[in-house]
Amino acid sequence: MNLRWKYLIKRTGQMLLTLWIIATILFFIFRLMPGNPLVAYIDPTFTEEQQEILMKQFGLDKSLWMQYIIYIKNLFQGELGQSFFFKDSVINVISKVLPNTIYLMLTALIIAYTAGIVGGIFLAWKRGEMIESVGIVFTLFTRAAPQFWVGMILLAIFSFQFDIFPSGGVSQAGTVYSSELDKLLSFQFYRHLFLPALTLSIYLLGLPLLLMRSNMLDVMDESYVEMAKIRGVSKIRVLVKYAARNAFLPVITAMAVGIGYAMGGNVVIETVFSWPGLGRLLVKAVSTSDYPLAQGAFILIAGVMVFMNFVADILYSLLDPRVNIDSKR
Amino acid sequence: MLKVIKNILLQVYTFLKNDKFAMTGAIIYVFFFIIAVLAPYIAPYNPHEMIREGSNYMFNQPPDSNFILGTTNMGRDIFSQLIYGVRPVLMVGFSAAFFVMVVGTLVGLFSGYYGGKTDSILMRFTDVAFGIPFTPFVIVLVGFLGPSIWNIVMAMAILLWRDTARVIRSQVLTVRERSFVEAARVSGASDLRIMFVYIAPNILPLSFLYGSLAIGWAILTEAAVSFLGFGDPNVISWGYMLNDAYVSQALSRGAYYWFIPPGIFIMLAVMAGFYIGRGSEEILHPKLKEY
Repeated sequence: MNLRWKYLIKRTGQMLLTLWIIATILFFIFRLMPGNPLVAYIDPTFTEEQQEILMKQFGLDKSLWMQYIIYIKNLFQGELGQSFFFKDSVINVISKVLPNTIYLMLTALIIAYTAGIVGGIFLAWKRGEMIESVGIVFTLFTRAAPQFWVGMILLAIFSFQFDIFPSGGVSQAGTVYSSELDKLLSFQFYRHLFLPALTLSIYLLGLPLLLMRSNMLDVMDESYVEMAKIRGVSKIRVLVKYAARNAFLPVITAMAVGIGYAMGGNVVIETVFSWPGLGRLLVKAVSTSDYPLAQGAFILIAGVMVFMNFVADILYSLLDPRVNIDSKR
Repeated sequence: MLKVIKNILLQVYTFLKNDKFAMTGAIIYVFFFIIAVLAPYIAPYNPHEMIREGSNYMFNQPPDSNFILGTTNMGRDIFSQLIYGVRPVLMVGFSAAFFVMVVGTLVGLFSGYYGGKTDSILMRFTDVAFGIPFTPFVIVLVGFLGPSIWNIVMAMAILLWRDTARVIRSQVLTVRERSFVEAARVSGASDLRIMFVYIAPNILPLSFLYGSLAIGWAILTEAAVSFLGFGDPNVISWGYMLNDAYVSQALSRGAYYWFIPPGIFIMLAVMAGFYIGRGSEEILHPKLKEY
């Protein structure tokens, strides 16, 4: 069998194993929590009998081991249970907010990776000059600043002080979009999207920018770039045509990892901007002790992250034949 | 043993002396440490106190000579909160980093030294830890275990050791092959003795560096968790201050003096951790993956 296929199969197995372990850990975290998991659901006025019916309904009367088997079986079938708070299936609740998270994430990723690649080329071009140090220090600031704080400052300035952008949500108070398409075609939606997307892209900018810069510096030492310089090709042309093209691929691969980061970073940013997405849903589920919902949202976020790490690894081994996949652990 | 410690401290000192970035980070921490110790003398008020003048509570005072950074909407002195906030932040940062160092170093040592099955199993665990989204995990755990500063530290420690373990493991793989380890083995030293007496001193500087990177992440995460309202309600940290400002409409009132300073302090503390932890190097030359 081809070595690459072998690697793909092995890596797929690893991914499934990781997902299974995460799901198991999650099960025990939620089941072994102190207190009755239904405490948020059961009204004090409920009779013993009603409580028992509920326990049965959620399968909480069975042994822990049985509950675990049912849980894993349900996961395989994409069944995540009932939300206590919304009194609806977790799948329904999640699928209502998921598009918002995807719009926010994709917009931010596109902005961050475009700006990061261009910025990385620019910093490599200005190597050794004052502006390079300024750029690097600025990037370090964006990595050390809490995202929610950046969001708060943007809100205070652009929303409250100058009233250019709305302060939160996806639509103006009182209006509802009739469909996803209607939302995407509405100018209002993009006004609401702007600040959260900007905040998330500032958070994501560091990785592509610094990666692009260091790749550029590596590539610039390669002999074909040396050759082009010797042949008298202009500096800009060398940078863009010879170096950037080759420095660019690993950055695109890193985008897969970026999606994973964005999923985690979303939690805080969505809360600051009251953006009805998956991250805010998770926070809400945790603060209302809605554990089926918290569990569902967390599994989805973790699943995306594990899958994107997998994609990045595969892409990386495909794009860079120098990676010796055989010698990997 | 004393000699080993002295040796390590000397190494850390030379490292700091030769690295401008690391020195900056260390100075920032010394500065914060002094503030934390002298907090009662620096802060003009008790951070929890609702200040009154006569019978009037001093709600939402803008900065003036009495209140350097103004007061909160409950009449608490913002500057005093900022000063006292250093304490929980340093505590969270350093205790999380301590756990990260200990667990990461042990996992890396055993994994790298024994290799084979031990290595596979421990590294699979590390992979799993890498697959779990960090901030959501801490939120879920703290949200359900209850908001206390130790739950936050524990939740972070459960995951953050992953980077340290990987790096220490690869370092152990090279140190293991060195001749003095071979010599120890031939002379009949036990595995544990080789690991902790011969190999560990060589990797400890590296775990110190990764520990300080962890300080940065821990401070950032504590801030996020407190901001989301899952922080310890009895402890005023910078993240708590930002949460307080956010829910009390400080943004719409344009009370910049309330929410700008805590963010700057968080940023400084995080950067100091990155700087010391050779963050400058890690951050400036990111590699997609470590193989």
